[in-house]
Amino acid sequence: MKEHFTLENKEDVVTTEKISGSEAVLKSLLAEGVKTLYGYPGGAIMPVYDQLHQYQDKVHHVLARHEQGAVHAAQGYARISGKVGVVIATSGPGATNLITGIADAQIDSTPLVCITGQVNSQLLGSDAFQETDIVGISTPVTKWNHQITKASDIPKVLAKAFYIAKSGRPGPVLIDITKDAQFEEFDFSYQKCVGIRSYKPVPMVEEKKVQEAAALINSAKKPLIVWGQGVILSEAESIFKGIVEKSGIPAAWTILGVSALPTSHPLNVGMVGMHGNYAPNVLTNECDVLIAIGMRFDDRVTGNLNFYAKQAKIIHFEIDPAEVDKNVKADIAVLGDAKESLTQLLPYLNEKEHTEWHQRFKDLYKIEYEKVIKNDLHPTKEGLTMGEVLKEINKRSKGNAAIVSDVGQHQMIACRYADFNLTKSNITSGGLGTMGFALPAAIGAKMAAPDRDVVAVIGDGGYQMTIQELGTVFQQRIPLKIVVLNNQFLGMVRQWQQLFFDKRYASTEMTNPDFVAIAKGYQIDAQKVTDREKLSDAVREMMTSEGAYFLEVCVEKEDNVFPMITAGASVSDIRLE
Amino acid sequence: MEENKTYTISIYTENNIGLLNRISAIFQRRHINIESINSSVSEIENISKWTIVVQLTEERMKKIIGQIEKQVEVIKAYYHREDEIIYQESCLFKIKSELLFEERQIQNIIKESNANIVTVNKEFFVLEKSGRSEEIELLHRELKVFGIMQLTRSGRIAVSKEEMKISKMLEAFSN
Repeated sequence: MKEHFTLENKEDVVTTEKISGSEAVLKSLLAEGVKTLYGYPGGAIMPVYDQLHQYQDKVHHVLARHEQGAVHAAQGYARISGKVGVVIATSGPGATNLITGIADAQIDSTPLVCITGQVNSQLLGSDAFQETDIVGISTPVTKWNHQITKASDIPKVLAKAFYIAKSGRPGPVLIDITKDAQFEEFDFSYQKCVGIRSYKPVPMVEEKKVQEAAALINSAKKPLIVWGQGVILSEAESIFKGIVEKSGIPAAWTILGVSALPTSHPLNVGMVGMHGNYAPNVLTNECDVLIAIGMRFDDRVTGNLNFYAKQAKIIHFEIDPAEVDKNVKADIAVLGDAKESLTQLLPYLNEKEHTEWHQRFKDLYKIEYEKVIKNDLHPTKEGLTMGEVLKEINKRSKGNAAIVSDVGQHQMIACRYADFNLTKSNITSGGLGTMGFALPAAIGAKMAAPDRDVVAVIGDGGYQMTIQELGTVFQQRIPLKIVVLNNQFLGMVRQWQQLFFDKRYASTEMTNPDFVAIAKGYQIDAQKVTDREKLSDAVREMMTSEGAYFLEVCVEKEDNVFPMITAGASVSDIRLE
Repeated sequence: MEENKTYTISIYTENNIGLLNRISAIFQRRHINIESINSSVSEIENISKWTIVVQLTEERMKKIIGQIEKQVEVIKAYYHREDEIIYQESCLFKIKSELLFEERQIQNIIKESNANIVTVNKEFFVLEKSGRSEEIELLHRELKVFGIMQLTRSGRIAVSKEEMKISKMLEAFSN
């Protein structure tokens, strides 16, 4: 039977005489250029771990402390490097522990290949020890998945897995390999996959659509760009900057898109969405043309769709046809890879400045500054704010650090206030909102970008969801900066309880352990700051330390994150207090 | 609000074990009831064709098609209005044999409905009826009064009036 996918030229083939399925996994990973992977051993994956031991000089396996930690680390690795993150786990609980990270990667379009061990093929369906139907369980949260029961399928299925994970709109792929397939021997040969007949990852850009988009953009009096992670995933940052500068259009970002354009860029008008900046949210409902690039109109971005940019013509640059008209109807949809469509768009655009329109953004920024930003960054009250910690980090990093945030109030503050000069620098769980993401994701990010400062900014709640990964930091000696913004609350939930549930603080107050002692238990330098005058020195000490460093900052317990678009409200009804 | 209409979906796919789960999850997540589903071979070797019947607004239908086509092993998905397809369903009725001889009216019903008697033995006979849903429903109503021992009904199968250019798509890939 003819194969349904195309493999690359024969010259690039890696071939070997009889080897085991487990060794074939290693050789396949090497052929895909994998140098680092994250995982946790167990019964059904032991043959592969045995090979990891044999191949330890070629592939670095990082032992996490929980499979969820491994998958988030692989996500961090993928997000900062643009490469495919690789995870290995055993069957049963090992595999199910990956699910949160896989779901996170699916919704945030992160390329992952997850390899799980499975019980012997003869035992499938018999409720064997540590048997679970991981292919069934992972189906709704993977881009593709497959179970291998014959060793000879390993190279071609893994080739497909890497191709699917990385191509088009990236996503997670899970490959489940039965233990007998890991032991079985066969003649190995590996060719990378370059196409699958039923799968068209990148739609062709239609020039006519690009021209229509350009004409609409050129005729706009009050255009607004909203960009998302698509700009980063297609590595379109430079052409995107060219588009923004030539057209003079104010550009706002989603939290996954930030850092594609430096935060200091004069045309960068900030963040859209629930806790985004005042100007781009309000002016979404005033612009005449809204140009969405590589973003999917998530409900946290749009607020109430019935009142979202109704006055504007919408242009949607998008790689995934299923996203077009899903939430917001596009007047012009330009399908295709952002880099390609923006490259085609640039020559058609007129040079403009839109001075008056920009003034509207500046005026609204002033209002937000007076009502919110000033108090966040330069507080006059006694308690420390999360914003001033970010300000100190910016001062030391000069905007060159990658910031890995968890989920909640600190995440919104980190996204709002962190300075970014470099792309792929904001690593956060956007779509799924996975608490516990940051510490392990920062481990992966730091390992993929050892020359960059990687700062994990985490709340006291999320930190304790994957705190065990300090063990990984310790064992691998990862020079990571960890900042816990401790308000002794599950702050975001508490904020909602305060605003919408009459301050009934149900199960949101936390009695926390001695975080510094815990860090020190893992031989990580640590300190705790409770006073404003000690903050700057503490952040400096952290940022200049050679090894890993843990900094706990005790912040005001009941601060709220503003601005805020409340549930059911329109973006332009964003509250400043 | 746009109202729900009956749509028939044709999906051409690679033959893959896990795909049923993936496709049905798309409907399940959105609380869309699948009225009937059928999977079979297609006119192209090694390509499966699925026929799914649902009641939806056209706007939702388009979004669902987008989600289906997004699956790696789906080659192409189409949705059709009722007037865009030729379709058939099939139904088997198992009925006591004595009724065939004692109730004269049953024989007339069988004749008029163009149903076929598949088998007859001492205890029961099996009646097969293929046609559009209304025809099958009518026959069901008529036979119900006499008592039906067993009844089973197939999903809809359909061909479209318009061409679905699957072979061309596959050729484009091999070239």
